[in-house]
Amino acid sequence: VVTLRINGNPVEVDVAPDTPLLWVLRDTLGLMGTKFGCGQGLCGACTVHVAGAPVRSCQTPVSAVGEYAVTTIEGLSPDSSHPVQQAWLEIDVPQCGYCQSGQIMSAAALIASNKAPTDADIDAAMTGNICRCGTYDRIRAAIKRAAQLAGRQA
Amino acid sequence: MSTRREFLKTSAAAGGGFLIAIQLPGCAEGPDETAALANPTSPVQANAWLRIDTDGSVAFLCDKSEMGQGVYTSLTTLVAEELDVPADSIRFEAAPPGAAYVNTLLGAQVTGGSTSVREAWDKLRRAGAEARARLVAAAAEHWGVPAAALRAENGAIVRADGTRLTYGQLAAAAAALPAPGEVTVKPASAFTQVGKSRTRLDTPAKLNGTAPYGIDQRFANMLYGALAQCPVLGGNVRAFDDTRARSMPGVRQVVQTGSGVVVLADSWWQARQARDALQIDWDPGPNANLSSASIAAGLANALATRGAEAKVPRRDGDADAALARAPKKIEAIYELPLLAHATLEPQNCTVVPDGDSIHLYVPTQVQQSAQAAAAAAAGLPPEKVFIHTTYLGGGFGRRLEVDFIPAAVEAARAANAPVKLVWTREDDTTHDYYRPPYRDRCTAAFNADGKLAAWKFEICGPSVTSRWAPAVVEQMVDPFVLEAATNYPYDADNVLVSYLQHEIGINVGYMRSVSHATNCFAVECFMDELAYAANQDPYEFRRALLDRQAEPRWRQVLERAAARAGWGRAPAGRFQGIALMEGYGTFLSLVAEISIENDKVRVHKISGAVDLGQMVNPAIVDSQIRGGIVFGLASALWGEITIENGVVQQKSFDTYRLVRMNESPEIDVEIVESGAAPGGIGEPSVALVAPAICNAIYAATKQRVRSLPIARHGLA
Repeated sequence: VVTLRINGNPVEVDVAPDTPLLWVLRDTLGLMGTKFGCGQGLCGACTVHVAGAPVRSCQTPVSAVGEYAVTTIEGLSPDSSHPVQQAWLEIDVPQCGYCQSGQIMSAAALIASNKAPTDADIDAAMTGNICRCGTYDRIRAAIKRAAQLAGRQA
Repeated sequence: MSTRREFLKTSAAAGGGFLIAIQLPGCAEGPDETAALANPTSPVQANAWLRIDTDGSVAFLCDKSEMGQGVYTSLTTLVAEELDVPADSIRFEAAPPGAAYVNTLLGAQVTGGSTSVREAWDKLRRAGAEARARLVAAAAEHWGVPAAALRAENGAIVRADGTRLTYGQLAAAAAALPAPGEVTVKPASAFTQVGKSRTRLDTPAKLNGTAPYGIDQRFANMLYGALAQCPVLGGNVRAFDDTRARSMPGVRQVVQTGSGVVVLADSWWQARQARDALQIDWDPGPNANLSSASIAAGLANALATRGAEAKVPRRDGDADAALARAPKKIEAIYELPLLAHATLEPQNCTVVPDGDSIHLYVPTQVQQSAQAAAAAAAGLPPEKVFIHTTYLGGGFGRRLEVDFIPAAVEAARAANAPVKLVWTREDDTTHDYYRPPYRDRCTAAFNADGKLAAWKFEICGPSVTSRWAPAVVEQMVDPFVLEAATNYPYDADNVLVSYLQHEIGINVGYMRSVSHATNCFAVECFMDELAYAANQDPYEFRRALLDRQAEPRWRQVLERAAARAGWGRAPAGRFQGIALMEGYGTFLSLVAEISIENDKVRVHKISGAVDLGQMVNPAIVDSQIRGGIVFGLASALWGEITIENGVVQQKSFDTYRLVRMNESPEIDVEIVESGAAPGGIGEPSVALVAPAICNAIYAATKQRVRSLPIARHGLA
C-alpha cells in the first residue's frame, strides 16, 4: 500500500510500487483528466505537478512520488478559476482538447515561476507538450494572458 | 419525411459539394434508431435533432462527431439561430446511428470530408425553423391570433403587445400539433449568432479534465484490455502461450480475438504488462517480405508499364498529341510517402454488455459502421448494439475505420463484463490505416506564345474508397484520389488527368485533406517548375494562367495571398514559395517564408488568403486554418511511415515526429469574404503547406524537392 497526496488529500492505493502515477490517477482513483498519449514521456499529455514541478506521470512510478504533493488538472482550481484556465477560456484554446490538461499543467508551472514569460521561455517550457491539432498560437497567447491575470491577482 | 428528403436533396446540391452515395460495407441492414429517440419526458420531439422540454430546456442531438473541428459549437449555433435561443443555452449530445443522421453530401452517417457545416447549413437551420414554427403555431392557437402576428425571441413566443409564452409553456401544446409544412429560414441579414465568433461550447469541459473521451469511460466491474497484434501488417496468431501472462497480478482472462490476443486485467497497466509477457507464434501472412523499397518499386513499375489501364476523369482536347508535337516537353515524377494519423488519443473502445444487447462508448467518425462492426463481432443484430459517441481525441480520418472495435466486443462477450480496450501508442503507430503512397507523373509543354500547350497529370497509387465504400468506385473514378487534380484551374490548351489504381497490400485510409494533400504537392510544385522553365516569377506565372478562369475566386485568393505575404519582398536571407488550391468548396493560397540554416530548412512564416464563403464561427475557422497548417507542416518536414519485412519502423513520437511549440511558425492568413455558400475548412489548409515550402526551398537553393518528406533530402 502506497500513501499519496493527491490534490490536497491523502489517499492510500494498493498497487505495485513500479506502477506509473498516470495509471494510479486514472484507473485506481478515477481522475480521468490526466491523459495517456504515449507512455514514454514524449507527448506531455500526462503532465501533472509533483511538489509544484511539471512531471510526466507516465514515467513516474508511484514509489518515487512518496508524500510529495501531486496536483492534477482536477486539483488546479475548484472552479476553473486558475489564471491559466481563465486565459485558456478567453483565448478559446482547445480543439479536440485531448492534450490540453497537460498543456495547462505545463503552463501553470511556467507562470508560477515566471511572471512575464518570453516567447523563448514559452518554447522552453512547452516543447514537451504535443498538440496534434496545432493550437500552439493560441497556447502562446493564452500563456501571456495568464501571466497578466496572475499578476493582477497577486 | 418526404418533404424533408426532397429538401435535403436540394440542399445538398446547393451546398457546393458533390453528391455521392456511399454504401458503407456491412451497413445495409442497419436499424434506424431515430424513431426510438422520442423520450417520454420530452413533449416535443420537433424533429430528429431537437427536443424541447416543458421546463424550456432545448436539447440538440448533433449528428457529427466532435473531434476538435468545432461541430458541437457550429452546428448548435445553426439550430440556435433559427430557434431564437442563445447557442450556449442548448444542451448538445451525440446522435445515435439513424437514417435521419445520414450525411447528405456523402450518403452515409460520416463525419469527414469537411462536410459538416456545408451539409448542415440548410438542413439544421431548417430543423430549427421547423421547431420554431411548431411553437409559433401552438401560441397562435392558444391566443387565437394569426401566426404572422407573433415572433420568437430568446426562448419565448411574443405577441405584438409584449405578452409572452415560453417555449416550455408551449412545448406540450406544440407536441400535439401536426408537423409544420414548408418553413422559411432567416436571411443572412437577420443573423444574430451565425457568422459571429463565440467561445466554443465544449471549451469549459476541456479546461478542467471533465470532457469525456472514449479512453475515459468507466463502469462498475469494468476490465481493462490490452491487445497484442501481429507486428507484421496483415499477419495473425498461429498459437500462443499465456501461462506467464495469466500468472501476473490483476490478470483476469486472456481472449483470442479475430485480430490478436486480448489480456483483461483490473487495470490497464497490468493488462499491458501481461500482454507483453504473452508468447505468441505469429503467422506473418502475405506481407512478410513487404518493404518501403518494394512498395516504391511496385508503384514505379505500375506507372511505367500499366498506363493503358489508367482511367481518365478529365480530358480537354488531346494532351498526348500536343505533347508529341511539342519541340520540348517538361516532365517530373513526384512521390508521396505513407503517413500515420497519430491522433493523440490512442484507439480505444469500451463495451458494456446489457442483457442481450451491448453498448459501445467509442470515439468514432462513423456510427453506422461502428454498429455494424460490433454487431458482426458479437453475432447480434444491429438493433441490439447501441452506439454512444464520446469526444474524439483527434480524428483526422483515423476514426473513419472501425478496426479497433471488434476485439473489444469479443473480449467483453467472452468475459461477460464491461471491457475498455486501449491501444498503446506503439500499437497505434504500427497498426494504422495509413495515408497511401502515390507516384505521380507530371508532363507539360509550352506553345510558341509561352502559354501551356498541354498539362498531363498521371496519378498512380491505392484507392481507399475501393475498400471503404466499394459501391462508389463502381459508379465513378474514385473521387477521393482526384481532389486538387481534376479541378486544375490554369489555362492550358489540352488537359489530361488520369488515375491508375495500384494497391500495396496493406490497409490504407483517408487522412485529413485526403488526396488534396498528395495532388496539390505534385501539381503546385510542378507549376513552379514550369514557371522557372518559362523564366517567370512563380506568382505572376500562375496569375497569368488564370486570366481566362471563369471562377474569379481562384485569382482573388492568389492575389490576396501574395499581397498579404509581401510576395517578392522577403527580408534578406528569406525565401518564398507559393501554392494555390480549391478544396471542399474553399479557395485558398498560402505563401511559405523560409531560410536555410546549417543546410536545414527553417519555416518562419506561413501567410495567405482563404475564401470559404459564409462562415458560422470565424474564430473556429481561424483555428482550423492554423491547425491544418501545423498538421501539414509535420507531414511536409518529417512525415513518413516506412516498412521493413512487413513491420512498420516508426513506433512513437520520437520516430514519427510531430510539430512542437518551438517549431510552430508564425501564421498570418486573411479571410476573403466572398458571400459564397459555405465551404469546408477542417482540411484544406493542410494541403498547401508542403508545396509552398518546397517551392521556397527551390527559390533558396535551386534544389527541387520532388518527394516528401523534406527530411528525406537532408533538409529537415
